[in-house]
Amino acid sequence: MLEDPAVALTILVLSLFVGVEVISKVPPLLHTPLMSGSNAISGITIVGAIVAAGSAEITNSTVFGFIAIVFATINVVGGFLVTNRMLAMFKKKPTTPREGS
Amino acid sequence: MSPTLIQLAYLLAAVCFILGIRDLSSPRTAVRGNAIAAVGMLIAIVATLLTRGVVNFPVVLAGVAVGSAAGTILAFRIQMTAMPQMVALLNGFGGAASALVSAAELLRYERAGELPNATVSTAIVLGALIGAVTFTGSLIAFAKLQELMRGRPITYRGQQIVNGLLAIGIIGLSVMVAMDPSQITAYWALFVGSLVLGVLIVIPIGGADMPVVISLLNSYSGLAACATGFVLGNSGLVISGSLVGASGLILTKIMCDAMNRSLTNVLFGAFGQAPAPTPAGQVEQRTVRGYTADDAAIVFNSARSVIIVPGYGMAVAQAQHAIRELMTVLDARGIDVRFAIHPVAGRMPGHMNVLLAEANIPYEKLLEMDQINPEFGETDVALVLGANDVVNPAAREEEGSPIYGMPILDVDRAAQVLVIKRSMNPGFAGIDNPLFYKDNTMMVFGDAKATALGIAEALKEL
Repeated sequence: MLEDPAVALTILVLSLFVGVEVISKVPPLLHTPLMSGSNAISGITIVGAIVAAGSAEITNSTVFGFIAIVFATINVVGGFLVTNRMLAMFKKKPTTPREGS
Repeated sequence: MSPTLIQLAYLLAAVCFILGIRDLSSPRTAVRGNAIAAVGMLIAIVATLLTRGVVNFPVVLAGVAVGSAAGTILAFRIQMTAMPQMVALLNGFGGAASALVSAAELLRYERAGELPNATVSTAIVLGALIGAVTFTGSLIAFAKLQELMRGRPITYRGQQIVNGLLAIGIIGLSVMVAMDPSQITAYWALFVGSLVLGVLIVIPIGGADMPVVISLLNSYSGLAACATGFVLGNSGLVISGSLVGASGLILTKIMCDAMNRSLTNVLFGAFGQAPAPTPAGQVEQRTVRGYTADDAAIVFNSARSVIIVPGYGMAVAQAQHAIRELMTVLDARGIDVRFAIHPVAGRMPGHMNVLLAEANIPYEKLLEMDQINPEFGETDVALVLGANDVVNPAAREEEGSPIYGMPILDVDRAAQVLVIKRSMNPGFAGIDNPLFYKDNTMMVFGDAKATALGIAEALKEL
């Protein structure tokens, strides 16, 4: 656990650098999927929501936690699915023409 | 599961996220990357369900079921042209979740009769602040993009003072709660104030600046998750949140650079400005001859190379499939067709690429500004479709122009420029575009979709 704030800050700063390195290599072609995909990743806050909603006694925290789970799950599920839908459309060669639209 | 194992599972999840984003570096590996990231999320969720203290499964699973259903429907129903709204909405939900978790944690401490330490209480405050601003700010961005409210900046006298006072008040409350987390009332005031602040800071930002706003809110949603990580002492959340934070910040910078504006100017540019209509006397009255789709077809008939420049107008007219149709006809005639994508074309980073990919146009044909700009000089026809400011030569030539210095696509260097446009109305920036009056420019007035199809039909007959 992150009892020592210095440890947590170390992790934060290092992962910011990793993030900048990795994300700089994503081409502008894929910037929209990058946004929706990273958006889904920010739904990781669902972890906190589950902890808040899952405690034994039903309190205000349970209510907040429940709403937070719903929001975070929309973020996660919607984000990954729509990213997949977009990425699947990027083709190197033209495929068979679609049936008009 | 032991706490150590659970922390390791979070680490594994974070590694999946990093590998997943790394795979986004190429369209060939991107689908796999997204899947890897999704697996990472699944690992994190399962680990959380196995955490000691998480026992109320009906509540948790009910929340997950509702959220999954809503998320799935959204993801499959949404039109590709509406992707900016979708991302704005998802950003907002992420922010809301983080803010709610921060509140739930503070209440849990209070119930247990404990006080969080300084790090945790600071994180609780930041989680509420960033999360709430992200939530309402994103909802306003969504409403503007969805045209539920007008895209024009909303400004009023004293706006800066109101926002400044609110910000100072929120900072004061933040410091107060961070130092003394037993101040629950102050916490709620801070929470509500942040919700209001989110609304107030986005309403003065115009529709065309939305790429910056969405990128920035994307970054905030990551930082809010990061704060949640500090609240819970969970390094997995800190890593994942900061990845998203970095991503949003990089995109924000790219968008600002592509408009040659500072972030401060985008965020606060509309403040304190008297609404300044273009002084009518200064714009010399020039007339433009309108051509038809048939005229345009004749131009294409003798061309060997074509570069198409799409803009937001293409998205509005849903013209991407019509362009694909035109491209097929040009291809059949052996004409080389490529696309030039300006970084801020559309309402979010990369929006044009997604629309063209949707229309089954191979991504190799989609070129970035720096790659394609040297090519215009050797191109027979540049077709501008629903783009305006990003092809305005005033940005290059007229030092007095508000967009002077903004990097543009040099379409005017092509032998012939074809501009498909609804009317002579100036673009969002309200700036006259000298491109339209150049000798090598032909204006074709009409709906982007109908006109593109019209040109394709006329070409088939030639």
